[in-house]
Amino acid sequence: MSSDVRFTDFKSDKQPTWCPGCGDFGTMNGMMKALANTGNDPDNTFVVAGIGCSGKIGTYMHSYALHGVHGRALPVGSGVKIANPDLEVMVAGGDGDGYSIGAGHFVHAVRRNVDMTYVVMDNRIYGLTKGQASPTSREDFETSTSPEGPKQPPVNPLALAHAAGATFIAQSFSSDAQRHTEIVQQAIEHDGFGFVNVFSPCVTFNDVDTYDYFRDSLVDLAETDHDPTDEQEAKEVIMDGETEHMGVIYQDEESVPFSELHGLDSNMAEIPDGAPEDAMDLVREFY
Amino acid sequence: MAEDLNWAIGGEAGDGIDSTGKIFAQAQSRAGRHVFTSKDFASRIRGGYTAYKIRSSTERVQSVVDRLDVLVALTQRTIDENLDELHDRSVVVYDGERSWEAEIPGEIDAVDVPLKSLAEEAGGAIMRNVVALGAVCAIVDFPVEKLDEALEKRFGGKGEKIVENNKQAARLGAEYVEENYDGFDYSLETTDNDYVLLNGDEAIGMGAIAAGCRFYAGYPITPATDVMEYLTGRIDRFGGHVVQAEDELSAINMALGAARAGARSMTATSGPGIDLMTETFGLVATSETPLVICDVMRAGPSTGMPTKQEQGDLNMLLYGGHGEIPRFVVAPTTIAECFHKTVEAFNLAEKYQTPVYLVSDLALAVTEQTFAPEEFDMDAVEIDRGNVVDEDSIDEYLDEQGRFQPHYDAADGVSPRAFPGTTAGAHMSTGLEHDELGRRTEDTEERIDQVEKRQRKVETAQNEEDWSPREFGDPDADTLVLSWGSNEGAIVEAMDHLETEENLSVRFLSVPYMFPRPDLSDAIEAAEETVVVECNANGQFADVVEHDVLTRVERVTKFDGVRFDADELADAIRDVAADADEVTA
Ligand SMILES: Cc1ncc(C[n+]2csc(CCOP(=O)(O)OP(=O)(O)O)c2C)c(N)n1
Ligand code: SF4
Repeated sequence: MSSDVRFTDFKSDKQPTWCPGCGDFGTMNGMMKALANTGNDPDNTFVVAGIGCSGKIGTYMHSYALHGVHGRALPVGSGVKIANPDLEVMVAGGDGDGYSIGAGHFVHAVRRNVDMTYVVMDNRIYGLTKGQASPTSREDFETSTSPEGPKQPPVNPLALAHAAGATFIAQSFSSDAQRHTEIVQQAIEHDGFGFVNVFSPCVTFNDVDTYDYFRDSLVDLAETDHDPTDEQEAKEVIMDGETEHMGVIYQDEESVPFSELHGLDSNMAEIPDGAPEDAMDLVREFY
Repeated sequence: MAEDLNWAIGGEAGDGIDSTGKIFAQAQSRAGRHVFTSKDFASRIRGGYTAYKIRSSTERVQSVVDRLDVLVALTQRTIDENLDELHDRSVVVYDGERSWEAEIPGEIDAVDVPLKSLAEEAGGAIMRNVVALGAVCAIVDFPVEKLDEALEKRFGGKGEKIVENNKQAARLGAEYVEENYDGFDYSLETTDNDYVLLNGDEAIGMGAIAAGCRFYAGYPITPATDVMEYLTGRIDRFGGHVVQAEDELSAINMALGAARAGARSMTATSGPGIDLMTETFGLVATSETPLVICDVMRAGPSTGMPTKQEQGDLNMLLYGGHGEIPRFVVAPTTIAECFHKTVEAFNLAEKYQTPVYLVSDLALAVTEQTFAPEEFDMDAVEIDRGNVVDEDSIDEYLDEQGRFQPHYDAADGVSPRAFPGTTAGAHMSTGLEHDELGRRTEDTEERIDQVEKRQRKVETAQNEEDWSPREFGDPDADTLVLSWGSNEGAIVEAMDHLETEENLSVRFLSVPYMFPRPDLSDAIEAAEETVVVECNANGQFADVVEHDVLTRVERVTKFDGVRFDADELADAIRDVAADADEVTA
């Protein structure tokens, strides 16, 4: 790790093909700044991306990275981090990727509490497949596959995370560059699974959950007396169906990350040239 | 000729059949006898017939036969299920005090032992199976003291008292038989040999640790679960870890993540799990990640018969997945080979940065067999990590702008690998078609280059590695037998029988590589008749053999959920050999 890393070192030389104005630009910039600010560099960072417009993020960033299959980014990130605890692991994807096809993995990744950061670019729609309802779409949100709205309540990702035992829950907004960077930074610094749901508007397919909507409705918890270590307060924010919040909602200061809990501190890439020295003991066990 | 003992205990699931069988198997092995076990179990935990069979001999045994010399029957059903296998020297041990009336055909020796009362006398009814083991020792003239070490191994953790009580239970069983019955004409020889006794799943787990596997993620499924259970608690001693994932999708993706971090990594499952893993299998191949994916086959399709034998997944392993996916498919043929082929699978995966399917089956997984410990020679394990670059050697693979090229279009198809943390190595891996840098492309030239590059790795491996089959029998025989997987042992025994009893010799090639495969055309051409033996309905291996050599072959298939036994294979081979004779005449 070198101290002179700048956030632009995390930029690849591929030009993003996101629509001009897409929220994902801001989300990504904040992630790169947060990585640089926390003293990481591209060679010790591993970014795992899902599938969707959001999932393209791995291509536009410069680091060790894997762009996987739809919905399975979290298990990949868990494997990377468990195998080499020295790496900074960041997992990113969309609301469809994370809360629909990947919902099962989300719950279990939260429970496992592997020390990594999960950023979900929540645009409340499927962008890459051109505008279908996503799990966070509103009940009456009209799309190509839900002409009268999905007619089912949206999932509450924060509640899902909390119910599964999350040790860090935050929400941010891609166009508030400074707050977004700070929030992701706190997630990185958290000892355990740092979950950040980012409102990252889709300017092409979602004309309801727009920049203006979030700008007008978001309440920044930093400007209230919210105490993220108070679980009861956190619960109230999470279950508040009226107000959209931004900031660190919950943080368990006692959190013990997976690797520490299991006493895993070595880089599993390092192995001897042959069988381990005492391997013959494994055979003798079968006497 | 050394005398075999074919012994079984049967009852209801939950009766402690497995642990009793295991104790007797260990006692036989500790007495220097070769052991081969097989289990007959239903897919339920309580209730339902279950049996544990042991064949033992002073010579190597590697198959089941359809004879039972001694049967411990805890239920009437045990007797009914095994009636066909009992013969005029058979002895059945049962407990007349139990509520069921044992109906045993008159010509069969039935020994009524008050298992429960004697167990209570030794300290508790729970030990009635151990009383039965003692009784069996007296019947077959096997020193009851030889049970002691096995009892210590099984109950040592529960304290000295429990061990002593069990030893006492065994003695009471033996004494009861000695006092009340006489005239059994069995006498088991013992030897000074020290054998180890293990099953195929355990051999795979042991091979994985020996090969430097440090990360395993899996989801429980019969009959692959033993691999995970073996590794749990053992791999940690070597700095590794086992994760029980939430499902197979997660398991293979975690294993992929760990492999990208540089760890030797593995997952194991059975057919339904392979279905779920198939999407990611394509990603593993395109991102050129070394990964060992073990399929311990059971009877399918769908949930099929989870506790029954079949070799029905071959087509899926060879062709599964959308698009075209280069892969290796390695199939161990014996329990010892499960160990060796696992080590080999890791080397192949890393040398060629390609996923490897390691294919085993239920018969290998649940069967235990004795081996000389030297057959698992840890000093002979070699580890080849392939083309891994470090800070110094990475320069060779940087482009003009200093960017690392993880998919460098090398002549042999094998590109460099940079483990995360390597300076200047940061790069992208993706399931999308990509250029040499790993960046998405739809450029036709780059697409062609990368597809050809991945295929070329297989060609390189075909030329550089040894894909030979294991050869048995007479190389000049008219009849050629081909097989894969667990059938090898039964075929070898059938051949021994045909050779010694009927003076009929055949040539047998046991094929441990399903892809790439050895070239079998010369062998098939030299034979009059070729027969392919496998446990599935369609003859999936026979199909690929026919495709490879453009010649028709005979098929001996079995898909009733039960493994081949040596006797039925001897019959099948004799039939084919008779046809070969006709051809020659
Ligand atoms: C197994 C599978 N099913 C479906 C798809 C098609 N697909 C690609 S992206 C996507 C949804 C993406 O939505 P979201 O995660 O919200 O990301 P966004 O594009 O909005 O950023 C789908 C369904 C796929 N790639 N793989
Ligand atoms: S479709 Fe929506 S989410 Fe996708 S790039 Fe365009 S604006 Fe962004």
